[in-house]
Amino acid sequence: MESIFDLDHHREPVTADLDIPAALCRQHPLDLPNPSELEVLRHYTQLSQRNFAIDTHFYPLGSCTMKYNPRIAHRLANLPGFADIHPATPAQAQQGLLHLLWDLQNGLAELTQMAAVSLTPAAGAQGELAGVAMIRAYHHARGDFQRRRMLIPSAAHGTNPASARMAGFTVTELPTRADGDLELAALERELGPDVAGIMLTNPSTLGVFERQIETIAERVHQAGALLYYDGANFNAILGRVAPGRMGFDVMHLNLHKTFATPHGGGGPGSGAVAAAAHLEPFLPLPRVQREQDGRWRWLGRADRPQSIGRLNAYAGQIGVLLRAQAYLRRLGRAGVKRVSSYAVLNANYLLKELQRVGYRAAFPQRRASHEFLLTVEDLHRQTGVRALDVAKRLLDFGIYAPTIYFPQLVPECLLIEPTETESKATLDRFVAVMAQIRQEALEQPELLKGAPQRLKLGRLDEAWAARHLQLVQER
Amino acid sequence: MPYIPHDEEETAAMLAAIGVDRIDALFDEIPQHLQTFPQGVPEGLSEMALAREFEERAAAQPSLRSFAGAGAYAHHIPAVVPELIGRGEFYSAYTPYQAEASQGTLQVIFEFQTYIARLTGMEVANASLYDGASALFEACLMALRLRPQQRSILVPRYLLPHWREVLDSLLPLQDVRCIELDADPQRGTVRLPAQAPADAAALIIPQINALGLLEDVDALQRWATDQGLLSIAVVQPLSLALLREPGGWGESGADIVVGEAQALGIPLNGGGPYCGLFACRRDMVRQMPGRLVARTRDAAGRVGYCLTLQAREQHIRRGQATSNVCTNQGLMVTAATIALASLGAHGLREAAVRSHRQARSLLAALLDLKAVRRPWDGPFFNEFVVRFPISAVQLRDALLADGILAGVPLAELGLGEDGDLLIAVTERVSDEDIDDYRAAVGRILEQ
Ligand SMILES: Cc1ncc(COP(=O)(O)O)c(C=O)c1O
Repeated sequence: MESIFDLDHHREPVTADLDIPAALCRQHPLDLPNPSELEVLRHYTQLSQRNFAIDTHFYPLGSCTMKYNPRIAHRLANLPGFADIHPATPAQAQQGLLHLLWDLQNGLAELTQMAAVSLTPAAGAQGELAGVAMIRAYHHARGDFQRRRMLIPSAAHGTNPASARMAGFTVTELPTRADGDLELAALERELGPDVAGIMLTNPSTLGVFERQIETIAERVHQAGALLYYDGANFNAILGRVAPGRMGFDVMHLNLHKTFATPHGGGGPGSGAVAAAAHLEPFLPLPRVQREQDGRWRWLGRADRPQSIGRLNAYAGQIGVLLRAQAYLRRLGRAGVKRVSSYAVLNANYLLKELQRVGYRAAFPQRRASHEFLLTVEDLHRQTGVRALDVAKRLLDFGIYAPTIYFPQLVPECLLIEPTETESKATLDRFVAVMAQIRQEALEQPELLKGAPQRLKLGRLDEAWAARHLQLVQER
Repeated sequence: MPYIPHDEEETAAMLAAIGVDRIDALFDEIPQHLQTFPQGVPEGLSEMALAREFEERAAAQPSLRSFAGAGAYAHHIPAVVPELIGRGEFYSAYTPYQAEASQGTLQVIFEFQTYIARLTGMEVANASLYDGASALFEACLMALRLRPQQRSILVPRYLLPHWREVLDSLLPLQDVRCIELDADPQRGTVRLPAQAPADAAALIIPQINALGLLEDVDALQRWATDQGLLSIAVVQPLSLALLREPGGWGESGADIVVGEAQALGIPLNGGGPYCGLFACRRDMVRQMPGRLVARTRDAAGRVGYCLTLQAREQHIRRGQATSNVCTNQGLMVTAATIALASLGAHGLREAAVRSHRQARSLLAALLDLKAVRRPWDGPFFNEFVVRFPISAVQLRDALLADGILAGVPLAELGLGEDGDLLIAVTERVSDEDIDDYRAAVGRILEQ
C-alpha cells in the first residue's frame, strides 16, 4: 500500500499577517503532504479493507467480547445535540445529555448491585486505577496507612498488576488450582494487616466461574482488606449475577465489551467504576447528580471532598457512554439476561464441538463461562505446531484469531469467546475450520508454520521490526 | 431478541449437543442464591422508540455557537472524517494484535505517529493515550523513570486547571509532588526561579497557557536544560501550523511532548472521546507508555506494519510495565490522521491563520466596548481573556439566550477575577458571528 506521505500536490503557501512575535513562530513550513480529497478517501477506504473486523469477519477474541456494535447506537451518539456540546457548557444547557448519563449511572448501579457509579474512567485500565486508588483512600481515611500490598491471581490480566503499581501498591501474585479456582490456602497465607485488597475477575480469565467467591470475600473482609472486581468478563453474568452480591466493594465495567460499544481498532473504551456505599465518597469526579427540583448537574470537589479526584480533563468518554446507554435501553430488563444466557450457550456449545473434533480444554471438568481456554500443547509436542500457528492459519479462513498465550500459566493456549451475537451456523463453520486446521497440523505442519498463506502479506517479522525500529516515515 | 440470532430449534440443538436441557443449567456452578434478576432495569425499547428518546434528549439542549476553549475547540471537521471512521472495518476492529489481519489500522497508526512527530518536530510518537491530561500524567511518570532519584515535577501556575487536577489526583499515589511555579502577574506567563528545587525531574511548558497566552518557550527550555531538568511540552497540535515546534525550542528542543488532539477532526462530544498525543526523543523510546507501531516485512520482503516494543506494555511486563494503559483512543487516532491528511499542510495552516485572524477581530470588537479590557495583553494564538465590568458567569449565562456559548469564565477554572472570560475562536467563526457576539455583549452591558 502506498503511503499518504507520497500523495502530495503543490499548493501556494497561505500568506498571513500574524500578530505573533517571529521568535515564537515556526521557521520552516510544515512538512506534511497535500493529497486531494479523493485521494484521501480512496487511501483510507483501501486501508480499511485491509482489516478484519466484527462487521466483516467472525472475531472470537477471548477476553475482548467482540459482539455486534449496534449501528443505532452509533447514529444516536452522533446526533448534533450531543456531538457539538462543549465540555464547559453550563449544566442548564446540557440537561438532555446529563439525563442520559444519569440513567446510565443508575442502570449500571442496578446491574452491578452497587451503591453508586462514576462514568469518568476512559478504559478498563483507568477504571482499575480508580478502583485501587479508592481502596487506598478508604484505608487512609480510616487512619490505616500500612496496607501497601495488593493480591492478584497470577492468571489476571496484565493491567491489574500494572494499575496496582500505578496506585502505589506492591503486588503479590496468588496461584490457581488445577481446576481453575483460586488456591485458598495461599490467599490465607498472604492476608494480613499490610494487605489493602485483592483484584479478581469472575468468571476468571481462565473462562471459569470462581466457585469459592463467597469464602474469599469473607476471608478478605475479615482481614480488613477489600475486593476489587475486574468487570472485563461481565458479559458472562450480565443480568444474572451482580458483583455487589458476590461481596465485591468496587469494580469497573468495560463498556466497550459488555455494552457493545466499538473497539475502533484499539479504542476508545470506557471503564465506568461502581462502588458499594462505604466507597462512594471516594469515586472519581465529576459525576452526575439529580437535584431536588428534578434538574441535573455535575458533582465536583466541593460536593465530594474525599474523592480520589479527576482522571481526565473532562467527564469521560461521553460518546462511548451514550452508545452504552442506547444499548442498555434497547435491551432492557429481559434483554440483558438473554445476553449472558446466549453468550454462555455459545461458548459451551463451541467448547463441546471443538473437543469433539479433537481439541483439548484446559479445564475439561468445568463449565465454560462466556469463553473458554483450549491448549494445543499436545499438537505442539507431536508436530511442533504452536498456538501462534493455529491462530495465523485461522486468518487464512477469514476468521480472526482467538487470544493466544493469555493467561500465561496455561501453555500453548487459545482463549475463545464467541459472544451471543454469533449464530449457530457461524460457530459450526468455525468448528469445521478448526477441525481442518487440526488435520493440517498433523499432516503438513509446515503449512501452519508458514501461515497466513492467503492474505496480502505473509507472517510479519516482529523481531525485524524491533531491531530496526522504523517508527515514523522517513522523509 | 435484539442482536441474538438463535431460534428455538437452534437453541435446542445446541443444548442437546452440550448435554443439558435448558440454558439455566449452564450456570450450575454459580451458587443459586447469587443469581438474582435486575428488577430495577426498565423494559427494553424498539429501535424506533429508542431513537425517539435520544432525539428528544438531544433536542433538549440549545444549539450553541461555541466560543469556549480551555482545551477543547469547535474546529471544522472535514466531511470525509466521519464518513471514513464510521466504516465497520475501522469501527469494529480490535487492537491490531494479529498484524496480518490488521494492516489498515496499523498503517493508520504509523501515519499518525509520523504526523505527530513532524508536527511536534520530535523523533518518535506513540499510538495515543486517553486524552491530553492523562498523556501529561504519563509524561511525568516517564520523566521520573528517566530521573529515578527525583520526586517532583515543576508545574506552571497557568497550566489548564483540569490537567493540573489530574496530576494532583494521580501523582501523589506514587509519592510524586507537583511544585507550582509562579506567574508574572502583569504578563500572565511563567516567572522562573533562579534555581530549580533539588528533587525536580522535569519542567512542564504549556505553549499556549491556560490564559491563552504564548510563553517564551526558548527561555523556558534553556532554563530547563541549564538546571538539568527534562522538559515536557504541552501543545495544541493545530497551533503548530504557526507556532514553533517543541523539537526546535531552545538549543536542545523539548524532551517529551504531549497534547490534546481533539482539534484535529474530533467532535466536542461533551468532553470525550478525545485523543492524547505523546512524542519524545528516540533514545527514550523504551521508557514510553502506550502502543507503538513499526514498519516491518514478511518472509517475501513485502512491507507491512506491526506493534513493537511490546515488552514495555502491561500484557507482557505486567507490574513492571511503563504504564497500565491497554485500550487507547484508536478510532480517534484514525479521525485525527484522516483530518490531517485531508487538511494537508496547506489546510492546517489556513485553519490556524483564520482562527488567529478571527480571534483578533473578536478581541478588537470587544475592546471597543466601554469598560471592557484585556487584563494580560501578550501574544496569543486563538484564545484570550477579556475582563468585563460584570460577572463573566452572568454574562455567559445571559448569552445562551442568543445561541452563543461566550467562553469559559476564569472563575470556573479557579483563576482570575470575576469578570474574566476566556474566549476561543476557530476558523468556523464568521464575521457575522463576531458582530452577533459583540452586539449581544453590548446589549447586556447596557442593561
Ligand atoms: C480481563 C481484562 N481486564 C482488564 C482489561 C483492560 O481493559 P482496557 O483495555 O479497557 O483498559 C482487559 C482488556 O483488555 C481484560 O481483558
